[in-house]
Amino acid sequence: MPAPLSAKSVASLNRWSVVLIVISLLSLGYLAHNAAHNMQIRGIHSGFGFLWESAGFDIGESIFSFDSADPYWVAITVGLSNTLRVALLGIVLSTVLGVMIGVGRFSPNKLLRALCRLYVDAMRNVPLLLQLLMWYWIITQTLPLPEEAWHMSGGFYLSKAGFNFPIPVWENGYLWALIGCGLGLFAGLCWRAYPGSPFHKTGSTPSLLWPLLVLIPAGTLLGWLLGGAPHEAQFPHPGIFTIEGGGALTPEFLAILFALTFYTAGFIAEVVRGGIQSVERGQWEAAQCLGLNRIKVIRLIILPQALRVMIPPLTNQYLNLTKNSSLAVAIGYPDLVSILNTSINQTGRAIECVALIMACYLALSLALASFMHWVARPLKQSAH
Amino acid sequence: MQESLNAIPAHVAPIETKSFARQVKIDFFSTPINTLISLLLLGLLAWQLPSFLRWSVIEAVWQTDPALCQAAAGHGACWAVVRAKYRLILFGFYPYDQQWRPLLATGLLIGLLFYSSRRSCWNRWLALVWPFTLGLVFILMAGHLWGLTGVPTEQWGGLPLTLLLSVSAIATAFPLGVILALGRRSPNARISQFCVLYIELIRGIPLISVLFMTSFLLPIVMPEGTSIDVLFRVFIGLSLFAGAYLAEVVRGGLQSVRQGQIEAAQSLGLTALSIQTNIVLPQALTVAIPGLVNSFIGIFKDTSLVTIVSLYELTGTLGMALNSDALWRPFKLEGYIFIAIIYFIGCYAMSAYSLKIEAQLKHTH
Repeated sequence: MPAPLSAKSVASLNRWSVVLIVISLLSLGYLAHNAAHNMQIRGIHSGFGFLWESAGFDIGESIFSFDSADPYWVAITVGLSNTLRVALLGIVLSTVLGVMIGVGRFSPNKLLRALCRLYVDAMRNVPLLLQLLMWYWIITQTLPLPEEAWHMSGGFYLSKAGFNFPIPVWENGYLWALIGCGLGLFAGLCWRAYPGSPFHKTGSTPSLLWPLLVLIPAGTLLGWLLGGAPHEAQFPHPGIFTIEGGGALTPEFLAILFALTFYTAGFIAEVVRGGIQSVERGQWEAAQCLGLNRIKVIRLIILPQALRVMIPPLTNQYLNLTKNSSLAVAIGYPDLVSILNTSINQTGRAIECVALIMACYLALSLALASFMHWVARPLKQSAH
Repeated sequence: MQESLNAIPAHVAPIETKSFARQVKIDFFSTPINTLISLLLLGLLAWQLPSFLRWSVIEAVWQTDPALCQAAAGHGACWAVVRAKYRLILFGFYPYDQQWRPLLATGLLIGLLFYSSRRSCWNRWLALVWPFTLGLVFILMAGHLWGLTGVPTEQWGGLPLTLLLSVSAIATAFPLGVILALGRRSPNARISQFCVLYIELIRGIPLISVLFMTSFLLPIVMPEGTSIDVLFRVFIGLSLFAGAYLAEVVRGGLQSVRQGQIEAAQSLGLTALSIQTNIVLPQALTVAIPGLVNSFIGIFKDTSLVTIVSLYELTGTLGMALNSDALWRPFKLEGYIFIAIIYFIGCYAMSAYSLKIEAQLKHTH
């Protein structure tokens, strides 16, 4: 229940606001009345009780086992995990590609600049759904049948059935490798935090990057060797209709991943370009005058300032990518929206399912936004 | 003493030699890395461009003969599919002999956009021209008037539907966005909270879930016995969605109007409504135009999603035209490229226009 209107807030309402509020309340009441009436005559029950009923439909792909007898809430969790899987991978890949293309637009090479511009224009001006359908068509129609899949050395297969790759079989030895990796990270961080670090002696900051680049792989390798160097892997092999064994990425997953990555990379490239352009030329020249080399100019002067401009629109693009992953419903990838759409058709609980979609996406948006806020924290501190 | 005051003689300005060879050197071979990039890219182009040209032009099939296309499959594009199916792709299942109507409607809508893009036309007349043109287009498509035969909305499709949906969605979303943006800045906390809630809620969820929402929920909240057209449900969904995005664009424009303008208007004795409509909004909306155009591009692209809720706009009609025809179905990629080009031309033209206006505004402000 909202708090009662105080005298002050009533005074600040003008005539138009009162009319507007009364009209909205009346129409909302009318719609709610209709909804209650319609649901009564159609025999639709409301409430979230259906979440514990058996779903009764199968899901094409899932990172954990799902059976049609499992309840709806498990099905929805599968959908959410599928959304997260494609969105997180898409965010990483589109950032890498987008940054490369955005930086490419500042290359002294005219050909490279032109190609980067062509890419950005082509991606941004064609609807994502169309690109998704094209990717899906290319994967499912032009790739060979699973029996004659393209075989790459090392046990990788590419066919209409998707992408198959070997996965290492879990052995306890890997645990040692993980421990070694953690120790390497710890040692690297200790190096940075060590009170008598070279900074106090010489005045130059020690590099955080290089010790980590050396210590983490070294620790991992040492742990792996200590664990008996496990290298057993499960290789895929062509079966009768499909490719069996190993890990697999379905054509639906590949299509939505490619579409999201290439489309969003075009937008991220523009964000990167805007960020770099926002740093004045004088900053480059001043940094060079101080005797910094090109890498240090970029790392210490340009990047922190460009990132400060880039982070908000970049967060926006990540949110867009996550929301756009819902287009997967068009090619039958079982993401959150697709599963809840099936649930609506089966149970008729439209209001509840739409509320669930909203709640999940809002939670994802908030989580992503606060993560980006946390990432951008050091930049904020150094803001003038 | 006298000596040190002598001015240093001016250097002769270096003569700029812009010979072709020199320009090529600057553009492609200025440093070793630059040269390497040039060579790599040229190698890539030399490797891929011939096969692309062979596929798209040299060995492409233009005659509408499926057998020729079958023969060329794999090494030559089948543009014939576009020639054979363009009426179906562009106009969907609209009655064949009546297709001059959607064609005229498309022309009217594009004309409306061109008319609105001219600076001299940015006045109150636009608020009349838009509903009038949209009404005209609707009557033209639906019929039942002036001796036109009636065509149910299920048979509408293709390019006119894409344009009609995006133009009418923006026409409804624009006033909604202005109201929401003004409401967000309202001194009344309740109104601004409501507007913020609406804007952030809608912006936080994907369009497809808004479309599902309107197609599932609208029938439930309407009085018993009323059936709502799918086209209308989708139109409502698109407008509600676009309204939240436009509100943020308009808010950006409102923020650019300085407080002094409002105070000056108040001291002239203008009413609150008059201040908003005569002083604040004209300035705010002018600044917001590039953002509004960009939002329109987004909506134009987003209309492709309505195919998921079974409305046949361009993407949908392509599927419809080819899925049921085994002869032409293998050449869907060429069809996709045809539609992609239509979308590209529309979006590219609009974004070029948006950039132009942005440059002009930067000049005047």
